[in-house]
Amino acid sequence: MNRVIAIFTKESFLVPVAAIILGLLTGAVAMLAGGFNPIQAYASLVEKVFGSSYNFGETIRQITPLIFTGLSVAFAFRTGLFNIGAEGQFIIGMIASTAVGISFDLPAYIHAPLAVIAGALAGGLWGAIAGWLKAARGVNEVITTIMLNWIALYFANYVVKAFYLQEGQQRSEMIKDSASISFAWLSQMFDSARLHWGTLLAILAAVFFYILLWKTKSGFELRAVGLNPHASEYAGMNVNRNVVNAMFVGGMFAGIGGACEILGVFHYQSIMAAQPGYGFDGIAVALIGGNTPLGVILGAILFGMLTFGAAGMKFGAGVPVELIRVVISSVIFFVAAHGIVKFFIKPLLQKKEGGN
Amino acid sequence: MKPVQTVVEMRGITKRFPGIIANDNINLVVKKGEIHALLGENGAGKSTLMNVLFGLYQPEEGEILINEKPVKITSPSVANDLGIGMVHQHFMLVEKFTVTENIVLGNEPKSGLQIDMQSAIKAVEKLSNQYGLKVDPRAKIEDISVGMQQRVEILKTLYRGADILIFDEPTAVLTPQEIVELIEIMHNLVKEGKTIILITHKLKEIMAVCDTVTIIRRGKVIDSVGVKDTNPDDLAAKMVGREVNFRVDKKEANPKEVILSVENITAMGNRGVNALNSISLEVRSGEILGIAGVDGNGQSELIEVLTGLRKASSGRVLLKGQDITNKTPRVISESGLSHIPEDRHKHGLVLDFPMSENMVLETYFHPEFNKNGFLDYAAIDKHASKLIEEFDVRTPSIHTPARALSGGNQQKAIIAREVNKDPDLLIAAQPTRGLDVGAIEFIHRRLIEQRDKGKAVLLLSLELDEIINVSDRIAVIYEGQIVGIVDAKQTDEQELGLMMSGGKRMQGGGNGE
Ligand SMILES: Nc1ncnc2c1ncn2[C@@H]1O[C@H](COP(=O)(O)OP(=O)(O)OP(=O)(O)O)[C@@H](O)[C@H]1O
Ligand SMILES: [Mg+2]
Repeated sequence: MNRVIAIFTKESFLVPVAAIILGLLTGAVAMLAGGFNPIQAYASLVEKVFGSSYNFGETIRQITPLIFTGLSVAFAFRTGLFNIGAEGQFIIGMIASTAVGISFDLPAYIHAPLAVIAGALAGGLWGAIAGWLKAARGVNEVITTIMLNWIALYFANYVVKAFYLQEGQQRSEMIKDSASISFAWLSQMFDSARLHWGTLLAILAAVFFYILLWKTKSGFELRAVGLNPHASEYAGMNVNRNVVNAMFVGGMFAGIGGACEILGVFHYQSIMAAQPGYGFDGIAVALIGGNTPLGVILGAILFGMLTFGAAGMKFGAGVPVELIRVVISSVIFFVAAHGIVKFFIKPLLQKKEGGN
Repeated sequence: MKPVQTVVEMRGITKRFPGIIANDNINLVVKKGEIHALLGENGAGKSTLMNVLFGLYQPEEGEILINEKPVKITSPSVANDLGIGMVHQHFMLVEKFTVTENIVLGNEPKSGLQIDMQSAIKAVEKLSNQYGLKVDPRAKIEDISVGMQQRVEILKTLYRGADILIFDEPTAVLTPQEIVELIEIMHNLVKEGKTIILITHKLKEIMAVCDTVTIIRRGKVIDSVGVKDTNPDDLAAKMVGREVNFRVDKKEANPKEVILSVENITAMGNRGVNALNSISLEVRSGEILGIAGVDGNGQSELIEVLTGLRKASSGRVLLKGQDITNKTPRVISESGLSHIPEDRHKHGLVLDFPMSENMVLETYFHPEFNKNGFLDYAAIDKHASKLIEEFDVRTPSIHTPARALSGGNQQKAIIAREVNKDPDLLIAAQPTRGLDVGAIEFIHRRLIEQRDKGKAVLLLSLELDEIINVSDRIAVIYEGQIVGIVDAKQTDEQELGLMMSGGKRMQGGGNGE
């Protein structure tokens, strides 16, 4: 029991929780200022997320890609890289799995995994381009990943238009049923919410993230390079190779995320007018989650619930989407600004110190 | 005559960290206008105590009086307002900014909305002249020496109106010449009515500049005495709790086959000109070769070439007859070379890694720790516990991040790791920088032990007494060349000093072949 209390009073747990509460309070103030009822708004958010099994299922669908992109950003960050490119890696994962999903005719137990793997590899290679540019040419990964996001977007649109276009529509043909990873049985339980095996993959990816970084030789190198590249070089590690590897693994997470959106949710790829945004939200998720795998899952759940529940706030309390973004941003702000949060919860922590 | 005023009084200060009491009921009284030394072993709690005084840490118990008035120093800016300034061992300067910009940062003189740079420069110049600091207010930080950067830190505190200056191991990073100048600056400061608290491990410095010395051992004050009433032996004994042997006892060297041979190595330095000009030397098994030289004559570049971090443009490096020229650091390390780097924070440790992981930073991939790509953390922990015990590294646990260890204990940990690799050649660069006398004695003994085991040791140090005491032969480096090699027993600081300034070339010139 004491252990449980210890976990819950630990600073690493208290700070994000306090940050969320502070963020929600700030959001409430913003809503009050805008003439909306925050209590009603939050109630309808909760109502939206938990109110029906369909909506609950859809919330899970919303959370899944955020776990992938959150892991992508967090993984690169652990190696000292700022991966703004989860967006592009996600899109490349989408288009690769679309291509495999449409072009081949295979038994399901081969076709679906193949399409996922295609997405993973494509996303990984897309990330590795930025890693390679950094390692070989010293180009800052922030700049290259942002550029690669746009290249990915237009490249994917081009591929859809040129090879897979569904006659008369702004989207590709449907993927073959054998490539689908929809979870029909579970979907039915949730009133045909679009649930799919990708959610399970996301959890497995988080486990993989943990094992790779903290249990393996490669992870040791990746973390060392991230924390102190100079000492790592002195110790004989190949810093450049680690940079490329980290971007590859990060890109792979985002790529699988993109593949799962296609294979599990939409079953076709739209021609996109703008970035889908999962990659950018992944930055926030990684930040909220403190770049740890468990943190990323929790961060994605929070973020997914807020974004999905936002629709409820809109209908239930008339709060405009923009204001909901303010709430979400306040939460991120407080998580990022630990200092402020620690200031608010100082009395709590001090009491604890006095206690032992 | 008015009695001398007490400017700082710390009463019953207690500060705990997880697993350790860093300051245990400490009392400290500092009088106006004195230079007050804090002396103590690595990890005794000196920096912690000064961080408390500067408002970086809050003590659990105790009170502080400044100018005889009780105060609560809750942050460095409160400390600033009380006239307390601190020069940390690791500088906090913006590399790309000029001296003046760094000094006025956060405190800029304004005319209208604009920063009034001209008057800022004037103010800095005036302060610099007043205390004899000789700093160029327009120079960029990245272009000036470490010694100058330290003076900028001093100016920063003066600019903010500090009357009480805390120096945390200021001389650890300075060359002997710079130390002489710093001592002069400290005298100037005191003359102008400032009070100085000085942390140092160098007993010579304490005897030369301080008025009072307070000795701390394992978080407790042992004694506070006037420097006139004490001597180095007495201080060392009080601080370590036993007699310290300043002389390095060692047997006659028994050099055997050549382990390292450097043949006409030429390499470019960072400034685009050759830092090494066809340098040659040899180190044999069973001897310690010391390299003496004024800082910046190619010492760092030589180590980098030997360890694989810098490419040589011509020449050869042989380790046990095997050509290791321009091989990767991993290959060189695996062929039997260990290296204690000069900058332990930047190159020696991953500060945010636990000690256990730091102890295998170069060997984690060995079959001992690495099972098919997975690390055996039980083996890693066992290894770390063994080394930490054997080398008396004081840390609350092997899982404590390296960052939380005191500087001296970080260094001991690195030495433990490097010696444990059982190398044929051990390169030690400034191995005792920032260490207490007890730890220095310990490390010197370890180096000699390696020698006696038949290893080759290459020692680089800016401290001439260290070079003379520990080495068997001394090679003097000047402008990227060895200008002479002497027997350590038959030389002295004068002769070395002369050779280091390029004054006298020994007969035989090169490497004594
Ligand atoms: N932030 C911290 N967290 C945990 N322990 C700490 C921290 N800072 C210092 N310590 C511990 O407190 C003790 C005192 O450290 P301190 O840095 O004050 O020593 P010091 O006397 O300055 O030693 P040195 O001469 O090596 O610099 C050490 O055992 C150190 O490990
Ligand atoms: Mg210290």
